[in-house]
Amino acid sequence: MTANPKLAPLLLSGPALLVFIGLVIAPLVMTALLSFYDWGQYKGIVAEFTVKNWHEVLVDDYYYEIFGRTLRIALFVTLIAVLIGVPEAYILNRMTPRWRGVFLLVVIGPLLISVVARTLGWALLFGSTGLIGQALLTLGLTREPVDLMFTETGVIIALTHVLVPFMVLAVLAALQRLNSDVENAAMSLGAPAFTVWRRVVLPQIIPGVLSGSVIVFALAASAFATPAIIGGRRLKVAATLAYDEFLNTLNWPLGAAIAMILLVALIAIIVGSNRLIERRYAQVFE
Amino acid sequence: MSRNGPLALAFHAIFVVFILAPIVVVCAVAFTPESYLSLPTKGFSLRWFKAIWNYPEFLRAFRDSLWLAALSSTIAIGLAVPAALAIARYRFLGREAITALFLSPLMIPHVVLGIAFLRFFSQIGLSGSFLGLILSHIIVVLPFALRLVLAASYGIDQRIEHAAISLGANSFVTFRRVTLPLIMPGVVSGWVLAFINSFDEVTMTVFIASPSTTTLPVRLFLYIQDNIDPLVSSVSASLILMTAVVMIVLDRLFGLDRLFLGSAKS
Repeated sequence: MTANPKLAPLLLSGPALLVFIGLVIAPLVMTALLSFYDWGQYKGIVAEFTVKNWHEVLVDDYYYEIFGRTLRIALFVTLIAVLIGVPEAYILNRMTPRWRGVFLLVVIGPLLISVVARTLGWALLFGSTGLIGQALLTLGLTREPVDLMFTETGVIIALTHVLVPFMVLAVLAALQRLNSDVENAAMSLGAPAFTVWRRVVLPQIIPGVLSGSVIVFALAASAFATPAIIGGRRLKVAATLAYDEFLNTLNWPLGAAIAMILLVALIAIIVGSNRLIERRYAQVFE
Repeated sequence: MSRNGPLALAFHAIFVVFILAPIVVVCAVAFTPESYLSLPTKGFSLRWFKAIWNYPEFLRAFRDSLWLAALSSTIAIGLAVPAALAIARYRFLGREAITALFLSPLMIPHVVLGIAFLRFFSQIGLSGSFLGLILSHIIVVLPFALRLVLAASYGIDQRIEHAAISLGANSFVTFRRVTLPLIMPGVVSGWVLAFINSFDEVTMTVFIASPSTTTLPVRLFLYIQDNIDPLVSSVSASLILMTAVVMIVLDRLFGLDRLFLGSAKS
């Protein structure tokens, strides 16, 4: 297409641009404004400027605890995803193409399955009558039935399960860019397998690990369905807190302030760490 | 191809069990005959699958989910193809800003999008409507469609298009007969990924769905919040089995890793 090079890109991207201005920017701006509105149990939402929602969310211990828990869960999930996802990606990458195809389906395939269905599986496994509790009792590892429902550990396990495929994918992509000759050279020079992994492979896949971590962290910190099902009302995180404010308490301005904090914090973390990764490992991306 | 040692294979086995355990358990519970949750079980029964038919709200939600996913991913791809062509081949002012804007729904937490849409739709009188669901899903799935179409568009040799134009084809004919066939793998895989993401979306949709227009994952989520019984297992198991079939087909067609890493197989 050799249309006018000035007008053509505008015409081509125009429709999508209009849709995004109307349906992303406008709603977000309205939500940001909403967080400065007043609200009362009987008067509802009142369009009067106030910072009381922000003040409440940033000062009250109750919200501090919930944001702290959200951060803690996201950090643990990211850490475990690194610890199990990186070796798994490495193992997958070393398999013969046929087996790798099969196990990629097993490991990445669950991403296509609804999060609700996957989390339901953990809800069935947890609980005092769940299989995990029963197995631990039978094995004599615990005396009391273990109930992981409504616990932070339970949320962390289930979220790790939901998100670890993203880590495997990111690391696998980095591994596939590797030149296996370098690995072979290290081995032919007498380096043991672990040294090859630590000194040759690991440094080259760090950017993949870091970008995988950013994805997992961002998704874990904003996760909703899994903490809602496993954590229930007793164990709130930022996302379920915002949900309750909107659909149960009906304090929309306060919910909007929580959403804005989540949004700003996450975008700052994502953009900041991406910048850092790109600057630190610029040569790896070329 | 170097081999994995026994330790690596043992780790791999545990990892696979970890990934499959909850999925297998959902399916296992769905086939139990008891009227309560019971594993291990003695019998085998399809009663909970039959029971789904007595809950038309699940069936209606399933139908609505399919329509929603089909419509929103089709509109999203319709917007994404020209946008991808603009980004891939022109250098214009604000090109990077536009790209970042189009990909931004990947970065914005879905809870936040849900809240923003709830506020927006309630202000413009679209709350609880199917149209509202479609509009919001277009936004959420467009980045997936865009990434795959973009990857395909970068790979085109523009000389082929120039040849078509020099042979007298106008720009529409060139697009339809030359460009579109060349980016087709990206368009198809982009549509599929968009469809799946729309179909599975729950976090944002839970804010804007109404009891009369809702999606299957949202219906399932709300049901699970109240009680967990073999019925939700059979609904989930049906979802899992359907997804498994789709998954295998997709893997054959595109390769799952390529689909997720955002580059189309050509």
